[in-house]
Amino acid sequence: MPFHYFGKVSFVPYTKVAEFADYLKNGKLMGTRCKNCREISFPPRADCLSCLSDEFEWFECSGKGRLHTYTIIFAAPTGFDDIAPYSLGVLDLDDGGRLLGWINIPEEEITIGMRLQAVPKIFEEVPEIKLYYSLEKANTT
Amino acid sequence: MKVGVVGIGHGKFGRRSDATVQELACEPFRDALMDAGGISRNDIDFLSVGSSPEYHKQRSLPGVIAEYLGMNPQSTWLTEAACASGSAAIRTAYMAIKSGMHEIVAVIGVQKMTELTTPEILALMGRVGDVQWESIFGTTFPGYYAMYATRHMYEFGTTKEQMAMVAVKNHHYGALNPQAMFQKEVTIERCLSSEKVAYPLNVFDCCANADGAACIIMANEKKAKKLNDTPIWIDGVGSASAQMSVLRRPHFIGIPSTVEASKQAYKQAGIKPEDVQVAEVHDCFTIAELMAYEDLGFCKKGEGGKFIENKQSYIGGKTPVNVDGGLKAKGHPVGATGVSMTAEIVKQLRGQAGKRQVNAEIGLTHNVGGIGQYCFVHIYRR
Ligand SMILES: [Zn+2]
Repeated sequence: MPFHYFGKVSFVPYTKVAEFADYLKNGKLMGTRCKNCREISFPPRADCLSCLSDEFEWFECSGKGRLHTYTIIFAAPTGFDDIAPYSLGVLDLDDGGRLLGWINIPEEEITIGMRLQAVPKIFEEVPEIKLYYSLEKANTT
Repeated sequence: MKVGVVGIGHGKFGRRSDATVQELACEPFRDALMDAGGISRNDIDFLSVGSSPEYHKQRSLPGVIAEYLGMNPQSTWLTEAACASGSAAIRTAYMAIKSGMHEIVAVIGVQKMTELTTPEILALMGRVGDVQWESIFGTTFPGYYAMYATRHMYEFGTTKEQMAMVAVKNHHYGALNPQAMFQKEVTIERCLSSEKVAYPLNVFDCCANADGAACIIMANEKKAKKLNDTPIWIDGVGSASAQMSVLRRPHFIGIPSTVEASKQAYKQAGIKPEDVQVAEVHDCFTIAELMAYEDLGFCKKGEGGKFIENKQSYIGGKTPVNVDGGLKAKGHPVGATGVSMTAEIVKQLRGQAGKRQVNAEIGLTHNVGGIGQYCFVHIYRR
């Protein structure tokens, strides 16, 4: 599956980690693990940041973590004006790494340090499938 | 061998629908030549251009600028480091002179941003983050700094009022600067009630997109002494980078490249942060100025809010900061900013800053590209 299905607006059609979108469509949030030094990466990387090895494997990430910081975007860029305002959060993942995504809980309930879970989502299927993940209250899907 | 600044020029910043990019570049260039004692264009052997090219319809800017300024056939090229392109071009010139390859160099920082609409600029600037994993969620440039602000507030109790105080100060000094885009005082209340951009940042926490250009003439020690009675010496130059993706940064409470670049510059100049008597810092957002106080060592980490609250960055305080209005009131024509900061520090050190004069011998410029992907810190001395 081409990577450009990932995101409301895509800027990257090709990547060595394009399988990420395939997994996401099947409800799986995947990170990469270096086969050489076992370093874990989220967001995924084809080339290990620690040792530059290009041998990697996928692992399923729980998506659970703590909210590190957030913002609410009122002035949106082209392609996102129709969904503004929207909350963006950075999650410190329990499995390692960090993730940025939309926070799908009311603004007034958002607090730094709260437990959240990144959940794979399908944004729309016609005319073209669009995939993403959103940050939900932990243990719900 | 020292490297000195012998001439400065500064065009009017703002919405400049009256001029092309090369016409904007010509304004400060002409002034800088005059300021350098009426030096001839033939004496300049390299034209170092700083700009962020994505904003312009015209491609390959140095080509059109060199021709328009009558600088052919001298060497020219572009140095790009997003919002720090101007300082990057100064560093290119510094290396060119230090190596002995060139003797007198003109640096032009120029940008025309208002050819694009605000949503187009938001989209473009949002893409200074990682486009593969972040921009697909509609990140914006203010949004990135907003996430730093949220975390800074959480860890240190920094308040929106303290952030607004940065805007109040910079507009106060902008009102004294005829080259500034906004020459008007603002109040804390006005800042706090202004339109929301990206929580916790409002419109008045953000600098304005602007058009404009600035120019400096740099020379080696021998030429500098011949050209100018009061050359301003570049005593320290620091440059560093930080992760493109904020997700891979160590924290959200400061800009690591600022810490690293300033360490290098202080070391080369043989000074400490407290020796800096006047500073131009990269206040693209009010939170950015608070973090700069801390990352540059003007105060401890987490005390940026108190620093502004106690007016330590006003003239008369511990370290006067952005007394030309900063990016906030002066406007931020991306590529021009670093050169504009330098022109202001040179004015200050020469004693030509008029109503906003600080009594200073040592000045600092701090220019950040993107969300700290690039940082340049320069130390200047009379
Ligand atoms: Zn490895």
